[in-house]
Amino acid sequence: MIEALLIKLALAGLVLFAVLNFAGLHTWVERKQSALIQDRIGANRAPILGFRMLGLFHGIADAIKMFTKEDIVPTGANKTLHTLAPFFSVFFALVAFAAIPFGDRLVWGDLVIDLQVANINAALLYVFAMLSMGVYGVILAGFASRNNYAIMGGLRATAQMISYEIALGVAVLGVIMVYGTMNLADLVRAQGHMIGGWIPLWGIVTQPLAFFIFVTAALAETKRLPFDLPEGESEIIGYFVEYSGMKFGMFFLTDFLETIMVACLATTLFFGGWQVPFLSPEGFQFPWGAEILVSNLVYVLLGVTSFTFKVIVFSWLFMQIRWTLPRFRYDQLMSLGWKGLFPVAVVNVVVTALVLMFFAEASP
Amino acid sequence: MTVKVVERRELTFWENLYLPQIISGLRITSRHFFRNLFLHIAHLFGRLKHIRAAATYQYPEELRPLMSRYRSRHRLTVRDDGSPRCVGCMLCETVCPAKCITIVPGEHPDPHVEKYPVRFDIDLGVCVYCGYCVEACPEDAIRMDTGILDLAAYSREAMQLDIHELMDPGLRKPLGECSLEFPHKCSLTDGEMKGSWESVDEA
Repeated sequence: MIEALLIKLALAGLVLFAVLNFAGLHTWVERKQSALIQDRIGANRAPILGFRMLGLFHGIADAIKMFTKEDIVPTGANKTLHTLAPFFSVFFALVAFAAIPFGDRLVWGDLVIDLQVANINAALLYVFAMLSMGVYGVILAGFASRNNYAIMGGLRATAQMISYEIALGVAVLGVIMVYGTMNLADLVRAQGHMIGGWIPLWGIVTQPLAFFIFVTAALAETKRLPFDLPEGESEIIGYFVEYSGMKFGMFFLTDFLETIMVACLATTLFFGGWQVPFLSPEGFQFPWGAEILVSNLVYVLLGVTSFTFKVIVFSWLFMQIRWTLPRFRYDQLMSLGWKGLFPVAVVNVVVTALVLMFFAEASP
Repeated sequence: MTVKVVERRELTFWENLYLPQIISGLRITSRHFFRNLFLHIAHLFGRLKHIRAAATYQYPEELRPLMSRYRSRHRLTVRDDGSPRCVGCMLCETVCPAKCITIVPGEHPDPHVEKYPVRFDIDLGVCVYCGYCVEACPEDAIRMDTGILDLAAYSREAMQLDIHELMDPGLRKPLGECSLEFPHKCSLTDGEMKGSWESVDEA
Protein backbone atom coordinates (compact mmCIF):
# COMPACT_ATOMS: atom_id res chain seq x y z
CA MET A 1 0.00 0.00 0.00
CA ILE A 2 2.64 2.47 1.16
CA GLU A 3 4.80 1.26 -1.73
CA ALA A 4 2.09 2.07 -4.28
CA LEU A 5 1.61 5.48 -2.72
CA LEU A 6 5.33 6.23 -2.90
CA ILE A 7 5.46 5.17 -6.54
CA LYS A 8 2.51 7.40 -7.36
CA LEU A 9 4.11 10.32 -5.52
CA ALA A 10 7.37 9.76 -7.37
CA LEU A 11 5.54 9.64 -10.70
CA ALA A 12 3.59 12.79 -9.89
CA GLY A 13 6.82 14.53 -8.88
CA LEU A 14 8.51 13.38 -12.08
CA VAL A 15 5.65 14.63 -14.26
CA LEU A 16 5.46 17.97 -12.43
CA PHE A 17 9.23 18.41 -12.67
CA ALA A 18 9.31 17.59 -16.37
CA VAL A 19 6.28 19.67 -17.27
CA LEU A 20 7.23 22.76 -15.28
CA ASN A 21 10.77 22.70 -16.61
CA PHE A 22 9.53 22.26 -20.12
CA ALA A 23 7.15 25.19 -19.61
CA GLY A 24 10.05 27.26 -18.30
CA LEU A 25 12.10 26.28 -21.32
CA HIS A 26 9.23 27.44 -23.49
CA THR A 27 10.03 31.05 -22.61
CA TRP A 28 13.49 30.46 -24.04
CA VAL A 29 12.17 28.56 -27.05
CA GLU A 30 9.65 31.30 -27.73
CA ARG A 31 12.35 33.97 -27.75
CA LYS A 32 14.88 32.03 -29.75
CA GLN A 33 12.53 30.45 -32.25
CA SER A 34 10.87 33.75 -33.06
CA ALA A 35 14.32 35.28 -33.39
CA LEU A 36 15.43 32.63 -35.85
CA ILE A 37 12.24 32.99 -37.86
CA GLN A 38 12.69 36.74 -38.05
CA ASP A 39 16.44 36.67 -38.81
CA ARG A 40 17.41 37.93 -35.37
CA ILE A 41 19.66 36.56 -32.62
CA GLY A 42 17.24 36.60 -29.73
CA ALA A 43 17.70 37.27 -26.03
CA ASN A 44 21.30 36.46 -25.08
CA ARG A 45 22.29 39.00 -22.44
CA ALA A 46 21.72 37.44 -19.04
CA PRO A 47 25.14 36.11 -18.13
CA ILE A 48 25.97 34.15 -15.00
CA LEU A 49 29.72 34.45 -14.30
CA GLY A 50 30.21 35.49 -17.90
CA PHE A 51 28.44 32.47 -19.36
CA ARG A 52 25.53 33.35 -21.57
CA MET A 53 24.45 29.84 -22.53
CA LEU A 54 22.57 31.07 -25.61
CA GLY A 55 20.27 33.13 -23.40
CA LEU A 56 19.03 30.19 -21.32
CA PHE A 57 19.40 32.24 -18.13
CA HIS A 58 16.76 34.71 -19.24
CA GLY A 59 14.14 32.36 -17.85
CA ILE A 60 15.78 32.59 -14.43
CA ALA A 61 15.99 36.36 -14.72
CA ASP A 62 12.29 36.40 -15.61
CA ALA A 63 11.42 34.32 -12.58
CA ILE A 64 13.45 36.54 -10.23
CA LYS A 65 11.83 39.62 -11.70
CA MET A 66 8.32 38.18 -11.39
CA PHE A 67 8.81 37.11 -7.79
CA THR A 68 10.31 40.40 -6.64
CA LYS A 69 7.89 42.69 -8.43
CA GLU A 70 5.22 44.57 -6.54
CA ASP A 71 1.93 42.73 -6.46
CA ILE A 72 -0.81 45.22 -7.23
CA VAL A 73 -4.47 44.59 -6.54
CA PRO A 74 -6.59 47.40 -7.98
CA THR A 75 -8.92 49.34 -5.71
CA GLY A 76 -12.43 47.98 -5.88
CA ALA A 77 -11.29 44.61 -7.12
CA ASN A 78 -12.53 41.47 -5.44
CA LYS A 79 -9.36 40.64 -3.57
CA THR A 80 -10.11 36.97 -2.90
CA LEU A 81 -11.10 36.14 -6.46
CA HIS A 82 -8.34 38.31 -7.86
CA THR A 83 -5.79 36.27 -5.92
CA LEU A 84 -7.50 32.96 -6.58
CA ALA A 85 -7.83 33.29 -10.35
CA PRO A 86 -4.20 32.65 -11.37
CA PHE A 87 -4.03 29.70 -8.99
CA PHE A 88 -7.12 28.19 -10.61
CA SER A 89 -5.54 28.63 -14.01
CA VAL A 90 -2.26 26.95 -13.13
CA PHE A 91 -3.86 24.25 -10.98
CA PHE A 92 -6.23 22.96 -13.65
CA ALA A 93 -3.57 23.17 -16.33
CA LEU A 94 -1.17 21.11 -14.18
CA VAL A 95 -3.69 18.61 -12.88
CA ALA A 96 -4.73 17.59 -16.39
CA PHE A 97 -1.27 16.08 -16.96
CA ALA A 98 -2.06 13.33 -14.45
CA ALA A 99 -4.00 11.36 -17.04
CA ILE A 100 -1.38 11.44 -19.79
CA PRO A 101 0.45 8.11 -20.19
CA PHE A 102 4.06 8.81 -21.07
CA GLY A 103 5.33 5.25 -21.23
CA ASP A 104 4.32 1.60 -21.20
CA ARG A 105 4.32 -0.63 -18.12
CA LEU A 106 7.67 -0.79 -16.41
CA VAL A 107 8.36 -4.15 -14.79
CA TRP A 108 10.72 -3.96 -11.78
CA GLY A 109 10.94 -7.32 -10.07
CA ASP A 110 7.34 -8.12 -9.09
CA LEU A 111 6.39 -4.44 -9.37
CA VAL A 112 4.48 -3.38 -12.46
CA ILE A 113 4.48 0.38 -12.76
CA ASP A 114 2.16 2.17 -15.16
CA LEU A 115 4.03 5.23 -16.39
CA GLN A 116 1.02 7.44 -15.83
CA VAL A 117 0.12 9.31 -12.68
CA ALA A 118 -3.54 8.31 -12.65
CA ASN A 119 -4.97 5.48 -14.70
CA ILE A 120 -8.47 6.84 -15.12
CA ASN A 121 -11.03 4.90 -17.13
CA ALA A 122 -12.60 7.99 -18.62
CA ALA A 123 -9.27 9.81 -18.80
CA LEU A 124 -10.24 11.71 -21.92
CA LEU A 125 -13.31 13.15 -20.20
CA TYR A 126 -11.15 14.08 -17.21
CA VAL A 127 -8.60 15.89 -19.36
CA PHE A 128 -11.24 17.84 -21.22
CA ALA A 129 -13.02 18.67 -17.96
CA MET A 130 -9.79 20.06 -16.51
CA LEU A 131 -9.03 22.02 -19.68
CA SER A 132 -12.53 23.51 -19.55
CA MET A 133 -12.15 24.34 -15.89
CA GLY A 134 -9.12 26.38 -16.87
CA VAL A 135 -11.45 29.00 -18.28
CA TYR A 136 -12.71 29.63 -14.76
CA GLY A 137 -9.37 31.17 -13.91
CA VAL A 138 -9.61 33.41 -16.94
CA ILE A 139 -13.18 34.59 -16.41
CA LEU A 140 -12.58 35.05 -12.67
CA ALA A 141 -9.53 37.14 -13.44
CA GLY A 142 -11.54 39.28 -15.80
CA PHE A 143 -14.44 39.60 -13.39
CA ALA A 144 -12.44 40.22 -10.22
CA SER A 145 -10.16 42.87 -11.72
CA ARG A 146 -12.92 45.41 -12.01
CA ASN A 147 -11.61 46.60 -15.31
CA ASN A 148 -13.72 46.77 -18.44
CA TYR A 149 -10.95 45.53 -20.65
CA ALA A 150 -10.23 42.66 -18.32
CA ILE A 151 -13.83 41.49 -18.25
CA MET A 152 -14.01 41.86 -22.00
CA GLY A 153 -11.00 39.56 -22.28
CA GLY A 154 -12.63 37.14 -19.89
CA LEU A 155 -15.87 37.12 -21.87
CA ARG A 156 -14.01 36.65 -25.14
CA ALA A 157 -12.16 33.73 -23.61
CA THR A 158 -15.40 32.17 -22.44
CA ALA A 159 -17.12 32.55 -25.80
CA GLN A 160 -14.06 31.19 -27.55
CA MET A 161 -13.77 28.21 -25.22
CA ILE A 162 -17.43 27.28 -25.68
CA SER A 163 -17.34 27.47 -29.44
CA TYR A 164 -14.10 25.58 -29.80
CA GLU A 165 -14.53 22.99 -27.11
CA ILE A 166 -17.55 21.56 -28.93
CA ALA A 167 -15.55 21.10 -32.13
CA LEU A 168 -12.72 19.68 -30.03
CA GLY A 169 -14.98 17.16 -28.30
CA VAL A 170 -16.72 16.08 -31.50
CA ALA A 171 -13.38 15.68 -33.28
CA VAL A 172 -12.10 13.44 -30.51
CA LEU A 173 -15.34 11.45 -30.67
CA GLY A 174 -14.13 9.95 -33.95
CA VAL A 175 -10.96 8.70 -32.27
CA ILE A 176 -12.95 7.20 -29.41
CA MET A 177 -15.23 5.41 -31.88
CA VAL A 178 -12.32 3.91 -33.81
CA TYR A 179 -10.41 2.63 -30.77
CA GLY A 180 -13.44 2.02 -28.57
CA THR A 181 -11.96 3.35 -25.35
CA MET A 182 -11.67 6.55 -23.36
CA ASN A 183 -8.83 5.19 -21.29
CA LEU A 184 -5.75 6.95 -22.64
CA ALA A 185 -3.38 4.08 -21.78
CA ASP A 186 -5.59 1.60 -23.62
CA LEU A 187 -6.00 4.08 -26.45
CA VAL A 188 -2.25 4.28 -26.92
CA ARG A 189 -1.94 0.49 -26.76
CA ALA A 190 -4.66 0.15 -29.40
CA GLN A 191 -2.58 2.36 -31.68
CA GLY A 192 0.28 -0.13 -31.54
CA HIS A 193 -1.09 -2.40 -34.27
CA MET A 194 0.02 -2.23 -37.86
CA ILE A 195 -1.97 -2.02 -41.04
CA GLY A 196 -0.59 -4.67 -43.36
CA GLY A 197 2.51 -4.74 -41.19
CA TRP A 198 3.81 -1.46 -42.58
CA ILE A 199 1.76 1.52 -41.47
CA PRO A 200 1.21 2.01 -37.75
CA LEU A 201 -2.47 2.29 -36.82
CA TRP A 202 -2.08 5.75 -35.32
CA GLY A 203 -4.91 8.25 -34.96
CA ILE A 204 -3.54 10.37 -37.78
CA VAL A 205 -3.98 7.39 -40.16
CA THR A 206 -7.48 6.48 -39.10
CA GLN A 207 -8.76 10.00 -38.40
CA PRO A 208 -6.78 12.55 -40.45
CA LEU A 209 -9.65 15.02 -40.62
CA ALA A 210 -10.23 14.83 -36.88
CA PHE A 211 -6.53 15.56 -36.37
CA PHE A 212 -6.69 18.88 -38.20
CA ILE A 213 -9.91 19.89 -36.44
CA PHE A 214 -8.38 18.88 -33.13
CA VAL A 215 -5.19 20.86 -33.66
CA THR A 216 -7.09 23.98 -34.76
CA ALA A 217 -9.56 23.82 -31.89
CA ALA A 218 -6.84 22.97 -29.41
CA LEU A 219 -4.78 25.96 -30.52
CA ALA A 220 -7.84 28.10 -29.87
CA GLU A 221 -8.01 26.45 -26.45
CA THR A 222 -4.48 27.57 -25.58
CA LYS A 223 -5.40 31.22 -26.22
CA ARG A 224 -2.26 31.86 -28.25
CA LEU A 225 -1.92 33.33 -31.69
CA PRO A 226 -3.74 33.14 -34.07
CA PHE A 227 -6.52 32.73 -31.50
CA ASP A 228 -5.24 35.11 -28.83
CA LEU A 229 -8.28 37.37 -28.77
CA PRO A 230 -8.78 37.03 -24.99
CA GLU A 231 -5.37 38.60 -24.51
CA GLY A 232 -5.04 40.60 -27.74
CA GLU A 233 -2.24 42.92 -26.64
CA SER A 234 -2.88 45.50 -29.30
CA GLU A 235 -6.55 46.02 -28.52
CA ILE A 236 -7.70 45.04 -25.01
CA ILE A 237 -4.58 43.50 -23.42
CA GLY A 238 -6.98 41.00 -21.95
CA TYR A 239 -8.05 39.37 -18.75
CA PHE A 240 -4.69 39.86 -17.02
CA VAL A 241 -4.39 43.64 -17.44
CA GLU A 242 -4.63 44.15 -13.73
CA TYR A 243 -2.11 41.50 -12.77
CA SER A 244 1.52 42.01 -11.94
CA GLY A 245 4.38 40.03 -10.52
CA MET A 246 4.12 36.28 -10.21
CA LYS A 247 0.33 36.31 -10.52
CA PHE A 248 0.79 37.51 -14.05
CA GLY A 249 3.60 35.01 -14.38
CA MET A 250 1.19 32.24 -13.48
CA PHE A 251 -1.15 33.20 -16.32
CA PHE A 252 1.86 33.23 -18.57
CA LEU A 253 2.89 29.81 -17.30
CA THR A 254 -0.64 28.53 -17.87
CA ASP A 255 -0.38 29.50 -21.52
CA PHE A 256 2.74 27.41 -21.92
CA LEU A 257 1.35 24.55 -19.81
CA GLU A 258 -1.74 24.43 -22.01
CA THR A 259 0.42 24.39 -25.13
CA ILE A 260 2.32 21.42 -23.73
CA MET A 261 -0.94 19.78 -22.69
CA VAL A 262 -2.31 20.14 -26.21
CA ALA A 263 0.95 18.76 -27.62
CA CYS A 264 0.66 15.79 -25.23
CA LEU A 265 -2.96 15.21 -26.24
CA ALA A 266 -2.20 15.42 -29.95
CA THR A 267 0.62 12.92 -29.43
CA THR A 268 -1.51 10.57 -27.37
CA LEU A 269 -4.61 10.67 -29.54
CA PHE A 270 -3.18 10.94 -33.04
CA PHE A 271 0.47 9.97 -32.99
CA GLY A 272 0.50 6.82 -30.94
CA GLY A 273 1.68 8.28 -27.63
CA TRP A 274 4.74 6.32 -26.54
CA GLN A 275 4.52 3.88 -29.46
CA VAL A 276 7.62 3.49 -31.57
CA PRO A 277 6.92 2.13 -35.06
CA PHE A 278 7.65 -1.63 -35.31
CA LEU A 279 8.44 -1.83 -31.59
CA SER A 280 6.41 -4.28 -29.53
CA PRO A 281 7.09 -5.25 -25.87
CA GLU A 282 9.33 -8.06 -27.14
CA GLY A 283 11.41 -5.88 -29.42
CA PHE A 284 11.53 -4.51 -32.94
CA GLN A 285 9.67 -6.62 -35.50
CA PHE A 286 10.22 -5.25 -38.95
CA PRO A 287 7.84 -6.16 -41.77
CA TRP A 288 10.70 -7.61 -43.80
CA GLY A 289 11.20 -10.19 -41.10
CA ALA A 290 14.14 -8.80 -39.12
CA GLU A 291 13.87 -8.80 -35.35
CA ILE A 292 15.81 -7.05 -32.61
CA LEU A 293 15.00 -8.18 -29.08
CA VAL A 294 15.16 -5.54 -26.33
CA SER A 295 14.73 -5.79 -22.58
CA ASN A 296 11.72 -4.30 -20.83
CA LEU A 297 13.72 -1.34 -19.49
CA VAL A 298 15.05 -0.40 -22.92
CA TYR A 299 11.59 -0.83 -24.40
CA VAL A 300 10.03 1.51 -21.82
CA LEU A 301 12.84 4.06 -22.17
CA LEU A 302 12.45 4.04 -25.94
CA GLY A 303 8.74 4.62 -25.43
CA VAL A 304 9.30 7.58 -23.09
CA THR A 305 11.86 9.04 -25.50
CA SER A 306 9.45 8.63 -28.39
CA PHE A 307 6.68 10.36 -26.42
CA THR A 308 8.97 13.24 -25.42
CA PHE A 309 10.21 13.60 -28.98
CA LYS A 310 6.70 13.79 -30.36
CA VAL A 311 5.66 16.33 -27.74
CA ILE A 312 8.71 18.48 -28.57
CA VAL A 313 7.91 18.31 -32.28
CA PHE A 314 4.35 19.41 -31.60
CA SER A 315 5.50 22.22 -29.33
CA TRP A 316 7.80 23.34 -32.12
CA LEU A 317 4.94 23.22 -34.62
CA PHE A 318 2.63 25.23 -32.36
CA MET A 319 5.34 27.80 -31.79
CA GLN A 320 5.94 27.99 -35.52
CA ILE A 321 2.21 28.52 -36.14
CA ARG A 322 2.13 31.15 -33.41
CA TRP A 323 4.88 33.12 -35.14
CA THR A 324 3.48 32.63 -38.63
CA LEU A 325 -0.17 33.59 -38.50
CA PRO A 326 -1.71 36.94 -37.60
CA ARG A 327 -4.65 37.18 -35.23
CA PHE A 328 -8.16 36.32 -36.39
CA ARG A 329 -10.87 38.94 -36.27
CA TYR A 330 -13.48 38.09 -33.68
CA ASP A 331 -16.31 37.34 -36.15
CA GLN A 332 -13.91 35.26 -38.26
CA LEU A 333 -12.99 33.32 -35.16
CA MET A 334 -16.61 32.60 -34.32
CA SER A 335 -17.59 31.69 -37.86
CA LEU A 336 -14.57 29.41 -38.20
CA GLY A 337 -15.57 27.65 -35.00
CA TRP A 338 -19.31 27.31 -35.61
CA LYS A 339 -19.60 27.26 -39.39
CA GLY A 340 -16.31 25.62 -40.22
CA LEU A 341 -14.91 23.25 -37.65
CA PHE A 342 -18.10 22.10 -35.94
CA PRO A 343 -19.99 20.89 -39.07
CA VAL A 344 -16.86 19.23 -40.44
CA ALA A 345 -16.33 17.49 -37.12
CA VAL A 346 -19.92 16.22 -37.14
CA VAL A 347 -19.56 14.97 -40.72
CA ASN A 348 -16.35 13.24 -39.66
CA VAL A 349 -18.19 11.45 -36.85
CA VAL A 350 -21.01 10.35 -39.15
CA VAL A 351 -18.61 9.07 -41.82
CA THR A 352 -16.55 7.28 -39.18
CA ALA A 353 -19.69 5.65 -37.80
CA LEU A 354 -20.77 4.47 -41.26
CA VAL A 355 -17.34 3.07 -42.09
CA LEU A 356 -17.12 1.31 -38.75
CA MET A 357 -20.58 -0.20 -39.31
CA PHE A 358 -19.55 -1.58 -42.70
CA PHE A 359 -16.36 -2.97 -41.23
CA ALA A 360 -18.32 -4.61 -38.45
CA GLU A 361 -20.71 -6.19 -40.98
CA ALA A 362 -17.90 -7.30 -43.23
CA SER A 363 -16.05 -9.07 -40.42
CA PRO A 364 -18.50 -10.21 -37.78
CA MET B 1 -10.21 61.76 -65.51
CA THR B 2 -10.95 58.10 -65.60
CA VAL B 3 -11.62 56.00 -62.62
CA LYS B 4 -9.67 52.82 -62.47
CA VAL B 5 -11.78 50.04 -61.04
CA VAL B 6 -9.67 47.60 -59.13
CA GLU B 7 -11.30 44.22 -59.13
CA ARG B 8 -11.02 42.53 -55.81
CA ARG B 9 -9.95 39.00 -56.52
CA GLU B 10 -12.24 36.28 -55.26
CA LEU B 11 -10.50 33.71 -53.11
CA THR B 12 -10.20 30.35 -54.74
CA PHE B 13 -11.51 27.21 -53.13
CA TRP B 14 -8.06 26.21 -51.90
CA GLU B 15 -7.45 29.60 -50.39
CA ASN B 16 -10.80 29.48 -48.63
CA LEU B 17 -9.81 26.19 -47.04
CA TYR B 18 -7.18 28.07 -44.93
CA LEU B 19 -5.06 24.97 -44.57
CA PRO B 20 -2.96 25.18 -47.78
CA GLN B 21 -2.34 28.86 -47.10
CA ILE B 22 -1.31 28.16 -43.52
CA ILE B 23 1.06 25.48 -44.76
CA SER B 24 2.60 27.84 -47.31
CA GLY B 25 3.06 30.41 -44.53
CA LEU B 26 4.66 27.78 -42.34
CA ARG B 27 6.95 26.89 -45.22
CA ILE B 28 8.29 30.44 -45.31
CA THR B 29 8.86 30.71 -41.57
CA SER B 30 10.34 27.22 -41.44
CA ARG B 31 12.71 28.05 -44.26
CA HIS B 32 14.02 31.00 -42.28
CA PHE B 33 14.12 28.96 -39.09
CA PHE B 34 16.11 26.04 -40.45
CA ARG B 35 18.41 28.19 -42.59
CA ASN B 36 19.33 30.37 -39.61
CA LEU B 37 19.59 27.41 -37.26
CA PHE B 38 21.97 25.69 -39.66
CA LEU B 39 24.06 28.82 -40.10
CA HIS B 40 24.24 29.48 -36.35
CA ILE B 41 25.45 25.94 -35.73
CA ALA B 42 27.94 26.28 -38.59
CA HIS B 43 29.19 29.54 -37.05
CA LEU B 44 29.70 27.78 -33.71
CA PHE B 45 32.13 25.48 -35.49
CA GLY B 46 33.75 28.37 -37.29
CA ARG B 47 32.32 27.52 -40.70
CA LEU B 48 30.46 29.68 -43.24
CA LYS B 49 31.32 32.80 -41.28
CA HIS B 50 30.89 34.95 -44.40
CA ILE B 51 27.13 34.23 -44.53
CA ARG B 52 25.26 36.14 -41.86
CA ALA B 53 22.63 34.21 -39.95
CA ALA B 54 20.92 37.29 -38.56
CA ALA B 55 20.15 40.63 -40.13
CA THR B 56 20.77 42.33 -36.79
CA TYR B 57 24.07 43.63 -35.39
CA GLN B 58 25.07 42.84 -31.82
CA TYR B 59 25.66 46.49 -31.14
CA PRO B 60 28.25 47.15 -28.44
CA GLU B 61 30.45 44.28 -29.61
CA GLU B 62 29.77 44.60 -33.30
CA LEU B 63 29.48 48.01 -34.96
CA ARG B 64 27.48 48.51 -38.07
CA PRO B 65 29.66 49.71 -40.96
CA LEU B 66 29.11 53.44 -41.41
CA MET B 67 28.68 55.25 -44.69
CA SER B 68 31.68 57.45 -45.50
CA ARG B 69 29.44 60.51 -45.50
CA TYR B 70 27.90 59.64 -42.16
CA ARG B 71 28.11 62.52 -39.67
CA SER B 72 29.45 61.26 -36.38
CA ARG B 73 31.22 63.10 -33.53
CA HIS B 74 33.33 66.10 -34.52
CA ARG B 75 37.07 66.29 -34.43
CA LEU B 76 39.58 69.10 -35.02
CA THR B 77 42.24 68.22 -37.55
CA VAL B 78 45.86 68.86 -36.53
CA ARG B 79 48.94 70.01 -38.36
CA ASP B 80 52.11 67.95 -38.54
CA ASP B 81 53.48 69.72 -35.49
CA GLY B 82 50.43 68.79 -33.45
CA SER B 83 48.84 72.22 -33.33
CA PRO B 84 45.22 72.65 -34.40
CA ARG B 85 44.60 73.50 -38.04
CA CYS B 86 41.86 75.88 -36.90
CA VAL B 87 42.61 79.54 -37.50
CA GLY B 88 39.83 80.87 -35.30
CA CYS B 89 37.91 82.50 -38.15
CA MET B 90 34.60 81.95 -36.32
CA LEU B 91 32.81 80.80 -39.51
CA CYS B 92 31.61 77.58 -37.95
CA GLU B 93 30.43 79.33 -34.82
CA THR B 94 28.55 81.79 -36.99
CA VAL B 95 26.93 79.22 -39.24
CA CYS B 96 25.99 76.86 -36.44
CA PRO B 97 22.15 76.86 -36.24
CA ALA B 98 22.20 75.34 -32.75
CA LYS B 99 24.83 77.74 -31.43
CA CYS B 100 26.72 74.90 -29.81
CA ILE B 101 30.23 76.01 -30.80
CA THR B 102 32.18 78.40 -28.61
CA ILE B 103 35.48 79.70 -29.96
CA VAL B 104 37.81 82.10 -28.20
CA PRO B 105 40.46 83.12 -30.72
CA GLY B 106 43.91 84.30 -29.79
CA GLU B 107 46.80 85.79 -31.72
CA HIS B 108 49.17 83.18 -33.06
CA PRO B 109 52.94 83.71 -32.42
CA ASP B 110 53.61 82.76 -36.07
CA PRO B 111 52.98 85.92 -38.15
CA HIS B 112 51.89 83.79 -41.15
CA VAL B 113 49.06 82.36 -39.10
CA GLU B 114 46.78 85.09 -37.90
CA LYS B 115 44.83 83.45 -35.13
CA TYR B 116 44.42 80.18 -33.32
CA PRO B 117 41.67 78.93 -31.00
CA VAL B 118 42.45 79.59 -27.38
CA ARG B 119 39.27 77.78 -26.65
CA PHE B 120 37.17 75.52 -28.88
CA ASP B 121 34.16 73.94 -27.17
CA ILE B 122 31.28 72.02 -28.69
CA ASP B 123 28.22 71.27 -26.58
CA LEU B 124 27.03 67.93 -27.96
CA GLY B 125 23.88 68.20 -25.89
CA VAL B 126 22.86 71.09 -28.13
CA CYS B 127 24.43 70.06 -31.45
CA VAL B 128 22.00 68.96 -34.14
CA TYR B 129 24.60 67.21 -36.33
CA CYS B 130 23.76 69.27 -39.41
CA GLY B 131 27.36 69.33 -40.57
CA TYR B 132 27.28 73.03 -41.51
CA CYS B 133 30.44 73.69 -39.49
CA VAL B 134 32.32 71.17 -41.65
CA GLU B 135 31.06 72.78 -44.84
CA ALA B 136 31.76 76.32 -43.65
CA CYS B 137 35.35 75.66 -42.59
CA PRO B 138 37.84 77.12 -45.10
CA GLU B 139 40.79 75.28 -43.53
CA ASP B 140 39.41 71.73 -43.36
CA ALA B 141 39.97 72.11 -39.63
CA ILE B 142 36.77 70.46 -38.40
CA ARG B 143 35.44 67.14 -39.59
CA MET B 144 32.68 64.79 -38.51
CA ASP B 145 34.31 61.49 -39.39
CA THR B 146 35.37 59.95 -36.07
CA GLY B 147 32.72 57.22 -36.24
CA ILE B 148 31.95 57.81 -32.56
CA LEU B 149 28.26 57.22 -31.94
CA ASP B 150 28.00 56.41 -28.25
CA LEU B 151 27.65 59.92 -26.89
CA ALA B 152 25.78 59.17 -23.72
CA ALA B 153 26.71 60.95 -20.50
CA TYR B 154 25.35 61.29 -17.01
CA SER B 155 25.34 65.08 -16.97
CA ARG B 156 25.04 68.04 -19.32
CA GLU B 157 28.58 69.10 -18.41
CA ALA B 158 29.95 65.79 -19.63
CA MET B 159 28.39 66.43 -23.02
CA GLN B 160 30.59 69.49 -23.50
CA LEU B 161 33.75 68.71 -25.40
CA ASP B 162 36.76 70.96 -25.13
CA ILE B 163 39.71 71.18 -27.46
CA HIS B 164 41.47 68.15 -25.96
CA GLU B 165 38.76 65.73 -26.90
CA LEU B 166 38.12 67.41 -30.21
CA MET B 167 41.74 67.12 -31.28
CA ASP B 168 42.14 63.54 -30.06
CA PRO B 169 39.01 61.48 -30.80
CA GLY B 170 40.35 58.55 -28.81
CA LEU B 171 40.48 60.66 -25.68
CA ARG B 172 37.71 60.44 -23.16
CA LYS B 173 37.07 62.41 -19.99
CA PRO B 174 38.29 62.68 -17.32
CA LEU B 175 41.72 63.87 -18.38
CA GLY B 176 44.60 64.05 -15.95
CA GLU B 177 45.81 67.47 -16.90
CA CYS B 178 45.95 69.70 -19.94
CA SER B 179 48.43 68.08 -22.31
CA LEU B 180 48.32 70.55 -25.19
CA GLU B 181 51.52 72.37 -25.95
CA PHE B 182 49.84 75.59 -26.96
CA PRO B 183 48.63 77.91 -24.27
CA HIS B 184 45.00 76.92 -23.87
CA LYS B 185 42.02 77.78 -21.84
CA CYS B 186 40.32 74.59 -20.83
CA SER B 187 38.28 73.23 -17.99
CA LEU B 188 41.29 71.36 -16.65
CA THR B 189 43.08 74.57 -15.87
CA ASP B 190 39.93 76.21 -14.52
CA GLY B 191 39.68 78.38 -17.61
CA GLU B 192 43.15 79.82 -17.04
CA MET B 193 45.72 79.93 -19.78
CA LYS B 194 48.09 77.03 -19.53
CA GLY B 195 51.71 77.81 -20.38
CA SER B 196 52.74 81.18 -21.70
CA TRP B 197 53.72 82.95 -24.91
CA GLU B 198 57.35 82.74 -23.91
CA SER B 199 57.37 78.97 -23.77
CA VAL B 200 55.81 78.87 -27.23
CA ASP B 201 58.35 81.28 -28.62
CA GLU B 202 61.19 79.16 -27.34
CA ALA B 203 59.81 76.05 -28.93
